[in-house]
Amino acid sequence: MATVEVSGVQMSYAGRVVLAELDLLMAEGELVCLLGPSGCGKTTLLRIIAGFVRPDKGRVLIGGTDVTALPPSARRMGMVFQAYSLFPNMTALDNVRFGPRVAGRPKDEQVSRAKELLDLVGLGQHMNKYPHQLSGGQQQRVALARALAVRPQVLLLDEPLSALDAKVRVQLRDEIRRIQRETRVTTVLVTHDQEEALSIADRVAVMNGGKLLQIASPAEIYRNPADGFVARFIGAAAVFPGIAREGVVRVGAIDMPAHAAHAHAAGAGVELFLRPEHVRVAMLNGHIPPGSVVAEVRDMTFLGSLTRVRMTLADDTDGPGLWADLPSEEAEGFKPGSRVLASWAAAAPRVMPREG
Amino acid sequence: MKRIGRGGYAVLIIAGVYFITPLVLTVAFSLWEGRGHYGVSAYKTLLARPNLARDLFTSVRLAIATCAALIVLLVPAMVFMNLYAPRLRPLFEFIAALPFVVPAIALVAGLSALFTGPEWLVGTPYYLVIPYFFLALPYAYRAIDVGIRAIDLNTLTEAGLSLGAGMGQIIRLVVLPSLRSALIGSTLLTLAVVMGEFTFANVLLFHTFAVLINEVGQNAPTEAAALSTLSFVITWLAMLGVLLAGKRGVGSLVAVK
Repeated sequence: MATVEVSGVQMSYAGRVVLAELDLLMAEGELVCLLGPSGCGKTTLLRIIAGFVRPDKGRVLIGGTDVTALPPSARRMGMVFQAYSLFPNMTALDNVRFGPRVAGRPKDEQVSRAKELLDLVGLGQHMNKYPHQLSGGQQQRVALARALAVRPQVLLLDEPLSALDAKVRVQLRDEIRRIQRETRVTTVLVTHDQEEALSIADRVAVMNGGKLLQIASPAEIYRNPADGFVARFIGAAAVFPGIAREGVVRVGAIDMPAHAAHAHAAGAGVELFLRPEHVRVAMLNGHIPPGSVVAEVRDMTFLGSLTRVRMTLADDTDGPGLWADLPSEEAEGFKPGSRVLASWAAAAPRVMPREG
Repeated sequence: MKRIGRGGYAVLIIAGVYFITPLVLTVAFSLWEGRGHYGVSAYKTLLARPNLARDLFTSVRLAIATCAALIVLLVPAMVFMNLYAPRLRPLFEFIAALPFVVPAIALVAGLSALFTGPEWLVGTPYYLVIPYFFLALPYAYRAIDVGIRAIDLNTLTEAGLSLGAGMGQIIRLVVLPSLRSALIGSTLLTLAVVMGEFTFANVLLFHTFAVLINEVGQNAPTEAAALSTLSFVITWLAMLGVLLAGKRGVGSLVAVK
């Protein structure tokens, strides 16, 4: 295990900036998820760390050593790819012992190391099977064992779960976390799946447009997104453009309570972000208490124990939606088209300067 | 598995008759001794020819050398093109198709003008490996290309590199074994092309198996038919050998209980 430092890395393809002066510092044994939409540069960054792509500018340091000019084969990094990458002509065992084999380790050591790792990923019984005899999840486990066989300084995972079905994805996700904790190898995981990132990472690095927008713990990213993009990208949030006032954001003719509006100059254009778990819904009984807004239920999505209720502000049916996650039994009391009272704690919404 | 219907059987039977009839008639003619008599005298005479083994061995050696040249030169070139210069694919396709459109006689003329040395090569039958390489190129290229397209070459290479292997190790340990079927196909086609090639050898005055068949056919037609039958058997045995060798190669490097 080792620290990973990416310093001032810049990369362009055909005149288009893919990574812009990016800095990233990872501690030993840490698992960091690079999260962002397609084309944000996360895979390019991973490939630069792996050595498959040479940056136009900047440096990559592993354990304090500059490896920018080193080829991938000299970097001692294990990598698991999005596509199934097991060598088709080799059994699971031969795949796992490939790294020690090309490194010239004694055969007994190669085999014992490979068996030990196949046991670690729960595939000791399948060691003599060929890739085509293994399921997708099993193949990725073998690929993980193979990547660990070289005792990598850093483990690089390039969307390793994206080709798997939902159930296997969750199982393998937990397994990756368990194995990473056991081996304490510094790990970079690329994903576009925020649930995956939030559930597995020590820290999440959110990227967009070749920039690192925020790097923090999953809870911090969720609760305190650094900007509007992160707030929109992580979790669900209703977004209302409005004008900051004293403790409220004025959206059309409605004052929406938000303590965070105090941080902005009165009259400044802002956006209010409101998570669905913070919104309470009650039947409209003629009286509108302070801090509540009248809304109309548009539709409801059953999510199991919760039901997501989508509403629009009253008299603004074309305006932005407002969501509330309610216990499903409670949500059954509301019907699409009914008028309700929506409220939230004034401390709950995030308020950010309006973009553009 | 999908069953073959009546139409499928009909096609198979027609194709079988189309391919087997000339063979059966060739064998029958090789056994004909005149006036309604049949026997193996043509084969006896043929096997007594001193130049049969020599010319046959020459063709086999040339076939092996051509296969080796194709594997050594073509496979790395195609691997590197696919990995690092995919834009060159149209050029590779064009070059691989050229031998189809350039007549053999024109290739011989060009080759004779271009390669005038060295003496140790020009003066021996191995000189024929050069034109045979180009003659077999379209078949070998197509077979290997299909094999490369069937594997995720980029990911396999990157996986190998990330595990500390060099390109040589990746080609030897991963790419070539993964292309086994394609290489067997390529070898079989090259073998068949070289064993039956006549124009280059005849024009360049080298004695190969195909030249011998032609010579024998000039004045001993039943012997020529026997020779053709023999060449079929030898080519098929060689193909069977390659297939069996390919199958035997499939297996774990280490089997662990």
